[in-house]
Amino acid sequence: MSRLKPDKEYEKTGAFHFFRWLSGSKDPYVGEVEMQPQKELQTQESTILERMNETQMLRDKVYDVENNKILTLFHKIYVAAAIVFCIALVGLLLYTVSFLPRIGNSANPDNNIVSERYIEKGLQETGALNIVSGMILTYRAFDTFGETNVLFIATCCVMILLMVDDAILKKQEDKDDRRFEPKNDVILQGTAFVLCPIIFIFGIYVILNGHLSPGGGFSGGAILGAGLILYTSAFGFKKTQRFFNELIYKIAKITALCMYGIIGSYFYIMGANGFDNHIPLGIPGHILSGGIILPIDICVGLEVACTMYAFYALFRRGGL
Amino acid sequence: MTTFQCILMGFLIVCAISVSFSKNLLNSILIYMSYSLIMSIIWVCLESPDLAITEAAVGAGITSILFFATLKKIHAIQIEKEKEEKADQKEAESNE
Repeated sequence: MSRLKPDKEYEKTGAFHFFRWLSGSKDPYVGEVEMQPQKELQTQESTILERMNETQMLRDKVYDVENNKILTLFHKIYVAAAIVFCIALVGLLLYTVSFLPRIGNSANPDNNIVSERYIEKGLQETGALNIVSGMILTYRAFDTFGETNVLFIATCCVMILLMVDDAILKKQEDKDDRRFEPKNDVILQGTAFVLCPIIFIFGIYVILNGHLSPGGGFSGGAILGAGLILYTSAFGFKKTQRFFNELIYKIAKITALCMYGIIGSYFYIMGANGFDNHIPLGIPGHILSGGIILPIDICVGLEVACTMYAFYALFRRGGL
Repeated sequence: MTTFQCILMGFLIVCAISVSFSKNLLNSILIYMSYSLIMSIIWVCLESPDLAITEAAVGAGITSILFFATLKKIHAIQIEKEKEEKADQKEAESNE
């Protein structure tokens, strides 16, 4: 191989490294990033004793296990009920699965009939021009309800892990009021002043037009949540709390979930029993049309916006 | 597939590889953010604007903000005040 450069200079170039890597003569990761063998976990005797002591104290002083007969009884019933509930749920689901057709059969209804019906009769039955919204919020509203529940449970878990007591939060804020956000950042505040209203209005537009144009509850809620995060990071938590505090958060989140549950169950019970559900479908293309799609879109949007903002606020500050 | 989509796919691959090779965590989050943005443009090209809106809002917006918040929580981002203090200290040392 003929080279213009001498060997020592050539070794510094990228081509040398590349060809060395290509031929496999030197692995770039060896020696740089390597797994250290894990050390065996060693616990000192004192910590073990302390832990045992704590458990004993918890049993004796807090719960008073020996004298509190009701609590022991409750624990036993709780365990038994949990096992029975799990077995019943598994049995019920397996029983339902036994009615389903075999997987992978080309004659299964989900491979031809279902999608055909969605496309052909979707507009007529759901009243939604946006066929995706019509599908996920009427035919498959139960799935979407599950997703909304997942969001609710996720925020609950993040709250359990990251929520800080109000008194501690206040003390921290008094000590250092620049702790959580940059105060008086002119560029950020100017940008947010222009962008926030546009983002909010766009989010509301996407939610309300979920049955007419692309978008829907989840996308619109995510946009609203992003707008709230921008507002908070520019103007601070105190200004956000004037219109979005913990009380409003709780009300919005729980009302949205309950409304979805009520509307969805009404729709399903009426439909399953063959009754007319008395929800007018309206004229396709009008803003007030699409039956249950519009209210469910609003519920999902509120839920998602609250979730997104709550994640940010809890990560950043430890409270809403 | 048009040339535009091919170019976007190329960007996507470059972004995806450089996320894992970047040594600075802040840089890899920024690259991940641009990855989501390119993905949302590709969704528009594939005629699914619903997904494009969601990808832009969640992938490029909220996920990366949560990553930033986490980085600040684990002190992976140096706050400017600390930097200034360090610079001041260095100056003082050099003056002595």
